[in-house]
Amino acid sequence: MEIVMAFVCGLLFMAAIYLILSKSLLRIIIGTGLLSHGAHLLILTMGGFKGSAPPVLSDGITDFVDPLPQALILTAIVISFGVTAFFLVLAYRAYQEIKTDDMTLMKGSEDNE
Amino acid sequence: MNNFLLLPVIIPFFFGMLLIFGQKKLAYQRITTLLGLLLSILCAFGLVANVYENGPQTVTLGNWPAPFGITMVSDMVSALLVLTTLILTFFIVWYGFESIGKEREQFFYYPAVMFIIVGVNGAFTTGDIFNLFVFFEVLLMASYLLIVLGGEKAQLQESIKYILVNVISSAFFVITVAFLYSVVGTLNMADISQKIAEINQPGILTVIAVLFLLVFGMKAAIFPLYFWLPGAYSAPPIPVLALFGALLTKVGVYAITRTYTLFFTQEFAYTHELLLILSILTIVAGCIGALAHFDVKQIIIYNIVIAVGVILFGVAQMNEAGLEGAMFYLIHDMIIKAALFMLIGIVIYVTGTTNLRKMGGLMKTYPALGWFYLIAALGLAGVPPLSGFIGKLLIVQGGFEAGNIWTSVFILASSIVVLLSVMRIFIYAFWGEQGQLATHVEKKKYHRLFFPTMLLVIVSIFYGIGTEWLTPFIKQAANVLMDPSIYIDAVMKGGE
Repeated sequence: MEIVMAFVCGLLFMAAIYLILSKSLLRIIIGTGLLSHGAHLLILTMGGFKGSAPPVLSDGITDFVDPLPQALILTAIVISFGVTAFFLVLAYRAYQEIKTDDMTLMKGSEDNE
Repeated sequence: MNNFLLLPVIIPFFFGMLLIFGQKKLAYQRITTLLGLLLSILCAFGLVANVYENGPQTVTLGNWPAPFGITMVSDMVSALLVLTTLILTFFIVWYGFESIGKEREQFFYYPAVMFIIVGVNGAFTTGDIFNLFVFFEVLLMASYLLIVLGGEKAQLQESIKYILVNVISSAFFVITVAFLYSVVGTLNMADISQKIAEINQPGILTVIAVLFLLVFGMKAAIFPLYFWLPGAYSAPPIPVLALFGALLTKVGVYAITRTYTLFFTQEFAYTHELLLILSILTIVAGCIGALAHFDVKQIIIYNIVIAVGVILFGVAQMNEAGLEGAMFYLIHDMIIKAALFMLIGIVIYVTGTTNLRKMGGLMKTYPALGWFYLIAALGLAGVPPLSGFIGKLLIVQGGFEAGNIWTSVFILASSIVVLLSVMRIFIYAFWGEQGQLATHVEKKKYHRLFFPTMLLVIVSIFYGIGTEWLTPFIKQAANVLMDPSIYIDAVMKGGE
C-alpha cells in the first residue's frame, strides 16, 4: 500500500511542478494546490498504514492508526488553505491592475535601468 | 515562573489582537504598538538574564512529559536573538511613523508587524520541528500582507513571486518533516537529536539534512536559492524592507544553524562540507550583485546575501571559535542591516531617487547623515572598534583552526568588496557636485526619520565597543551549539 501511495505522491509532485513552470498564473496556483495535496498524502503515507480503527478511544479496540500524522495534516491543510485563498485574491488584484496573467510579462518596472 | 520564556511571543500576539480593533485611530495604533514592544523588550531582557544565570529554560505546554507535548526552549542563542528582534522592531516601527504613510498605517500595518514578531520570536524559541513550521507560516503570512500592503503595481508583481517561492518551500518543509518522522518517529527536536545519535545517522538522514538545507536555504537566501530575494525586497516601502532584511533571512540562518548543530552531527564530511561550499558560493553571488548595481536599495539587499554566507561559513566550521563568531556576526548583521536600510531610506527621501548616478554632494546639506552613514558602512565592513569586527575575526580564526585556510582568506577578501560596495554609495551620494534633490523636503520629517536611525547606529557602536561585556553571553550560546547534550538535558529534564 505504501508503494502505491508513494507513486501517487510522485505523480502529484510531477504534475504540480509541470504546472508551476507554466506561463499562466492560474495554472501555477493549481500547481501549488496539487503540491500541497501531494505533501499531505506523503505525511499520511510516511506515518505508515498500520492499524485498522480510527484513532477514537472506544471499548475493546487496541489497534489504532497513528493519530499524530492526522493532526499534522489537519494543521497543514488549514495553513495551505489560508495561503491559497490569499494567493487567489492577490492573483485577482494583479489581473485587475496589471491586466495580464502571463508570468513572462510580469517583470521590470518604470524605474529599472 | 517557567512560563516567563513565553512572554516575548505572547505579548506581541496579545497586542496584535488589540490592534486589529480601532484601525482608523492612528494615535491608538502607534501608542499601543510601542507599548507592546517596550513591554516585550523588558521581558526579553529578563529572559536573557534568567538564561544566563540558570541555563536553558524550557516549558512543555500542557504539563505533558517532554517528547509528547510541544516544548518551548529558550537557550542563550534564542534568548539573544529574541531580544535583538524586539529592539530592532522598536526602532523600525518608530522610523515608520514618518515614512510608511497614513493609508498603510490605517490598514492593519501595525497588527501585521506584531504578528511577524510573533512568528519570528516563536521560530527562535520553539523546540518542536512541526511547531517551527507553524511559526514559519505565521511570519510568512504576516510578511505576505506587509509586502503587498499598498497595492502598487511593482508590489503586486513581486509579491506573486515571493508568495510562490515560499509556498513551494513550505511544501518542501512539510515533505521533509514527513520523511524525518518516518525515520525517527518523533517531532521534538531534542528527542530527534537523541534518536539520530542512536541510529548513527544512516544515509537517509544525510538526504534529509540536505533537504533541510534546501528548505531553510530558500528562506535564508543561500547560493542557488537566493534568486527571489533581490526582486521581492525591492518592492515594499523602506520600513518593511528594513524589517524583512533584518529579520526574515536570519530566521532561515538560525534554523540551519539549529538543525546542523543539533541533529546532523555525525556525517560532517558530507553535510558540513556542503554547507561550507554553498556559503562560499553565496558570498561570491552576493559580491557580484553588490558591485553590479547602481541602485542603493539593491546594493544593501545583496549585502544581506553576503552576510548570510559569512554566518553560515562560521557555522560550517563546527568549532568553538567559528560558532562564537557566527553568533556575534548574526546579531551584528541584524542590527547593522536595519540601520543601513533606515539610512538609505533617508537618502532616498532627501534625493527623491534610488539611482546613485543622480545623487551627489549631500555632505554639504546633510553632514550628520553622512557621518552616521560612514560609521554604519565601516561597521558593516568590520573595521576594528565597530560592531562587525569581532564576529568576522572569530569566524576567520575558526576557519584557520579547522584547516580551511584558503576559504578563510577568501572571507577576509570579501570584506573588501563589502567595503567597496557601501563606500561607493558614500562617494557617489555624499561627495562631489550637488546632485538631484527631492522637490519638497520637510526639515521636521527629516529629523523625525533621522533620530531613531541615529539611535540604532549608536546601539551598533556600543555593540562593537562593548564586546568584552557581551562575550560571556555569546560564549554560553556557542557552548549550547557546540554541545547538544546541554540542550537535550534541559528539554528532557524540564519535562519531568
